[in-house]
Amino acid sequence: MPFTLTETFKTRAALVCARYPRKDAALIPLLQELQREKGYVAEEAMDALAVFLGLPYSRVKAVVTFYTMFNRVPAGKYHLQVCRNVSCHMAGAPGLLARLREKLGIAEGETTKDGLFTLSAVECLGACGTAPVMQVNDTYFEKLDAGKLDALLEDLRHGRLRAIGR
Amino acid sequence: MENILLKDKVESLEGYFAAGGYRPLKKALAMKPAEITEEVKRSGLRGRGGAGFPTGLKWSFIPKDAQGPRYLVCNADEGEPGTFKDRELMLKNPHALIEGMAIAGYAIGAGAGYIYIRGEFAAEADLLEREIFAARGKGFIGSNILGSGFSFELYVHRGAGAYICGEETALLESLEGFKGQPRLKPPFPAVKGLFGAPTVINNVETLAAVPAIIEKGGAWYASIGTPKSAGTKLFCVSGPVNKPGVYELPLGVSFKELLEKHCGGLKAGVRLKAVIPGGSSTPVLTAAEAMAAALDYESLAAAGSMLGSGAVIVIPEGQCMVKLLQVLARFYHHESCGQCTPCREGCGWIEKILNRLEEGRGTARDIETLYSAADGMLGRTICPLADAMAMPVMSFVKKFREEFEAHAAGRCCAPEAAGKH
Repeated sequence: MPFTLTETFKTRAALVCARYPRKDAALIPLLQELQREKGYVAEEAMDALAVFLGLPYSRVKAVVTFYTMFNRVPAGKYHLQVCRNVSCHMAGAPGLLARLREKLGIAEGETTKDGLFTLSAVECLGACGTAPVMQVNDTYFEKLDAGKLDALLEDLRHGRLRAIGR
Repeated sequence: MENILLKDKVESLEGYFAAGGYRPLKKALAMKPAEITEEVKRSGLRGRGGAGFPTGLKWSFIPKDAQGPRYLVCNADEGEPGTFKDRELMLKNPHALIEGMAIAGYAIGAGAGYIYIRGEFAAEADLLEREIFAARGKGFIGSNILGSGFSFELYVHRGAGAYICGEETALLESLEGFKGQPRLKPPFPAVKGLFGAPTVINNVETLAAVPAIIEKGGAWYASIGTPKSAGTKLFCVSGPVNKPGVYELPLGVSFKELLEKHCGGLKAGVRLKAVIPGGSSTPVLTAAEAMAAALDYESLAAAGSMLGSGAVIVIPEGQCMVKLLQVLARFYHHESCGQCTPCREGCGWIEKILNRLEEGRGTARDIETLYSAADGMLGRTICPLADAMAMPVMSFVKKFREEFEAHAAGRCCAPEAAGKH
């Protein structure tokens, strides 16, 4: 299916490009913009953006595959990203991951059949003082334990994504 | 001592202004750019991102006769495991960074600045954009700042998930819209940096210290801390202490004071095993070494480690050092940009060997291979990511060798931690 860039996107893109002396510097912000619109960056979207910026497709693909935050397949409504680095590891991240695998019936990198949850183990989220930490979409959830995790999942199942503060 | 960076009630522009904020900018704009750089040199301020390079000296590397644009870049790609100080600083005192950038921009003659912030810090990036907008509204950012004739635009640029972009030349590549692969130096960014123009890249904490230095003078700042490690530092403490968090303290404070006085000591029943004093890349200290250590650039170097980013990771008895090193190896292998063979292959080998040891399939020779692989990576790559893997490997193996040997013999050294893996 052909992919067309929306007018809203093009308007925003012009503003983003204006921040840089070379418009190809806007590549990453514009990929983020596309991901915000669609939830992921499809091959066709990479192609359309390459044409839009006058770049070879290979450059766009190289960038998308280099950075971990770009989803190349649709992610679930809620992307659960559990930090597995050293401070979170010591604070119980492996247990949280195991609990999520069990409760959701999926492994890291998978999405539940209902499309609600994607589970990922990620590297240091930069919130080690409040470990263990999980990011749900853009929102941080800190000082987690089994009870808080269960309550959070229940909230998300009811469509409520709200920060609980640190 | 009064905090310079982490203060209360300065989150908003109004609060910051009421506390005397943006007076230093006004003062700076009445000075000559070179005088500002001299004042920063006099302060002894050193890069707070990890390398500890003298800030004023870095600024002075911008060629005096360079024509065309110059750039100032703030490295807010905080990703060194254990580090969470810049996040706290940006949330609590965003205008210290914004004002610091305006002053630094003026000092180096930059017309534009970029804050490169890791993509995961979405809330912090949104906040910075709001606060920059507010500062622009008051004429602190933008064209003809406070009627001085100096113009400085400031943009927030969000990363997309890559630890390597905390390395300054990888950051520039990323900011230009490429894969974050570090550049060969020379040319150094001060000569040929962002978009080929002279560029200074400083950490959030470094830039946020600049307004106070201009306000109170370099000599005042230099009087805090130790003679070679001047000023305050944000220490971020994680692990099983009663009050983990970010503490602003003069450089040279002892680890013992940080732990016992500020962090409320270890949690009940916890015994100290080891400390990583400056973020995951820095060599680990044993409990005894840590308890005797002062936290500044020179003292930690003398103790065989580094101040790094000031990320103090407290490791309790019961944690398996082989397992923790495996966690780190998985991280560095994942984050190696793939450009240099010793790093790309070496991190992979190290992870594989550690997987073997951790799963009870290791042999005694694995320990030597682990050490020699790390030794073969040190200093042999374009950027320090390979060193950042090698240093923990070598220090973990040297200081906790018996645990590696136990694993090689098929036993976990810390069976009480087995269930927690």
